[in-house]
Amino acid sequence: MAASPLTATRSAVFSKKCELGGSISSSPPPLVAHRCRKHSLNKILAVMAPSRTPQRPPSTTGSVKHAMTMTEKILARASERSQLEPGENVWVNVDVLMTHDVCGPGTIGIFKREFGENAKVWDREKVVIIPDHYIFTSDERANRNVDILRDFCLEQNIKYFYDIKDLGNFKANPDYKGVCHVALAQEGHCRPGEVLLGTDSHTCNAGAFGQFSSGIGNTDAGFVMGTGKLLLKVPPTLRFILDGEMPSYLLAKDLILQIIGEITVAGATYKSMEFLGSTVESLSMEERMTLCNMVVEAGGKNGVVPADKTTFKYLEDKTSVEYQPVYSDENARFIQDYKFDVSKLEPLVAKPHSPDNRALARECKDVKIDRVYIGSCTGGKTEDFMAAAKVFLASGKKVKVPTFLVPATQKVWMDLYGLPVPGSGGKTCSQIFEEAGCDTPTSPSCGACLGGPRDTYARMNEPQVCVSTTNRNFHGRMGHKDGQIYLASPYTAAASALTGFVTDPREFLQ
Amino acid sequence: MATAVPLKTVYSSHLPKTSIFTRRNSTSNAHIPTLPSPLKSLTLTPRRSLLTPLFAAADAEADLASSGSITTFHGFCYVVGNNIDTDQIIPAEHLTLVPSKPDEYRKLGSLALVGLPTASYPVPFVNPGENSSRFSVIIGGDNFGCGSSREHAPVAIGASGARVVVAESYARIFFRNCVATGEVYPVETEEVGIWKECSTGDFVTVDLVGNRLINHTKGKDYKLKPIGDAGPVIEAGGIFAYARKTGMISSRAA
Repeated sequence: MAASPLTATRSAVFSKKCELGGSISSSPPPLVAHRCRKHSLNKILAVMAPSRTPQRPPSTTGSVKHAMTMTEKILARASERSQLEPGENVWVNVDVLMTHDVCGPGTIGIFKREFGENAKVWDREKVVIIPDHYIFTSDERANRNVDILRDFCLEQNIKYFYDIKDLGNFKANPDYKGVCHVALAQEGHCRPGEVLLGTDSHTCNAGAFGQFSSGIGNTDAGFVMGTGKLLLKVPPTLRFILDGEMPSYLLAKDLILQIIGEITVAGATYKSMEFLGSTVESLSMEERMTLCNMVVEAGGKNGVVPADKTTFKYLEDKTSVEYQPVYSDENARFIQDYKFDVSKLEPLVAKPHSPDNRALARECKDVKIDRVYIGSCTGGKTEDFMAAAKVFLASGKKVKVPTFLVPATQKVWMDLYGLPVPGSGGKTCSQIFEEAGCDTPTSPSCGACLGGPRDTYARMNEPQVCVSTTNRNFHGRMGHKDGQIYLASPYTAAASALTGFVTDPREFLQ
Repeated sequence: MATAVPLKTVYSSHLPKTSIFTRRNSTSNAHIPTLPSPLKSLTLTPRRSLLTPLFAAADAEADLASSGSITTFHGFCYVVGNNIDTDQIIPAEHLTLVPSKPDEYRKLGSLALVGLPTASYPVPFVNPGENSSRFSVIIGGDNFGCGSSREHAPVAIGASGARVVVAESYARIFFRNCVATGEVYPVETEEVGIWKECSTGDFVTVDLVGNRLINHTKGKDYKLKPIGDAGPVIEAGGIFAYARKTGMISSRAA
């Protein structure tokens, strides 16, 4: 591993916990209270949506006497408490529960078993159901699972069900979206300050909006479906401060691979990961999603990026629901700080078979590959394809290995065919991909990111070597047990497609 | 685990696993008589039936009825390493199976750990064509169950007949799913590297009261961390069953 531009400092550890009980916490020094109030006033100025009621409980204003991190504040508000500590178990009110075709039927089964055949979900507008995993397959059980979702949504009058009936042509299904995490963002279900739970580990993706979001199992989801609540343990927070100008050859995927490589696949188990710093502020919403999407690959419970004008701008035309962002207090306690100088980083990959098996892309230049895959919640968004197109455009060459493109959602697919790529003279991504000899972008879904049924498009049915923009490179993840997956950014994936070897994108971008 | 749970609760569990429950567990006071010495040489060959003489179904049932909570597990162990992810526990192609459907639950059991690379794990956890495993305890390293939130993972292990995983640490969602479903006891070891000292097929005892893992084949004894408040929840059959039992929620509607 090359030089690691990182410093880790153990900041305020929980050393003063014992002082916070009783009278001390109820009567803090006036100076501290004043500073907090002033701090919170600054934050309130940034809130786009004005509050509904003139009177707000202290937990929602940030004017709490007890300094908290963003994650603690969100959970405090959701549990109707003015303050809480990491490690506490609290009943949290859930704003959105998401499920999909893989875990939805099991969740529904548990909901019905436990609450009764005639039970109703706690709120038909807060349960969002997104078929996305095994859609374009002739697997009967997979098809049946989508039918189970449809029957349930009809029965329960679920407001947000993104159905697909015509599997032959996804465009004939205007409601169909595709990959749940990207669809949640695009359809306005991700909002600052809220709590979003989903039956998918990459639900942490939504932390990019400054909200608490985390993956849960079917049984927990069945409970939420019936009650709208879940008992959650408040996680302590690790803080990742990313500063410096982002080099033109790096993407957020490189940043998160850097972080996972640093702290390992269990480095954030039970913890929250908060990302901030000038680099994070400069990232688009899609790039922030890439960052938060993979916190689970470090074991993280959730990841958060503080909401800012980029967030508010993204949400402008997507939701009319009022939301209240919250921010970590200046003197909030983080169990550890990690600082990175992003300007010194280089393009990375995660070698088989672990997301923390970090290496520089250029260190792997002798690794011959059989295919490239661009897709998934992590690496199948519009900007991911734009990035790949930029590399193909810069090289003007053709790919040397089969290159599979799976847009995350229908919206992304349309962008590939509609949006001009900057600097291309008006060409779209799809035109550039065609000229480079890639496979035609296929129907949006989770696709082969997790293998899926045997007939899944681009599933790795042979023990091949793949460079992929997805999130996991475990044994068998994309299909074949002995397949080898190199996780990489869309830049690195496209560069590798052009050479047939794992390739540093600087070969084409500079 | 201090509170003894009436046997009735165990049997009233709605989970299909209860039908085979008695065959693979014994109770805290149903200790192993004397370990049959041939066991050592037979470690990889004995089939499930070898367990039966030790705890003949009828006897085990009688013991359970008289004693209450199940806190000790005996059987052959299956040993894995660090970072066993959910794709190895149950590959994604099998996620079309819905755990809440009894026949698909059983099918999940037949597929438990089928994603382990064959080269490193020549002995399958579940023999092809069988629904359950002859291994009743899984021993692993760090970060067991990392990856997906798929509840199919602990369900597959539970449905295979294994009731205990002993590992150094767990991924968060997997641990939570074990407890929420009540399928598996995710027990942590006090020390690291135990998995390196155990071999697949060793005969072991996991004692959740004494917090011990005993490897009879190797003649070793290890300390386990207490399962704590998660124990009674798993014993009850998951969070719903536990909440009903303790009066947190009322009896099932309709």
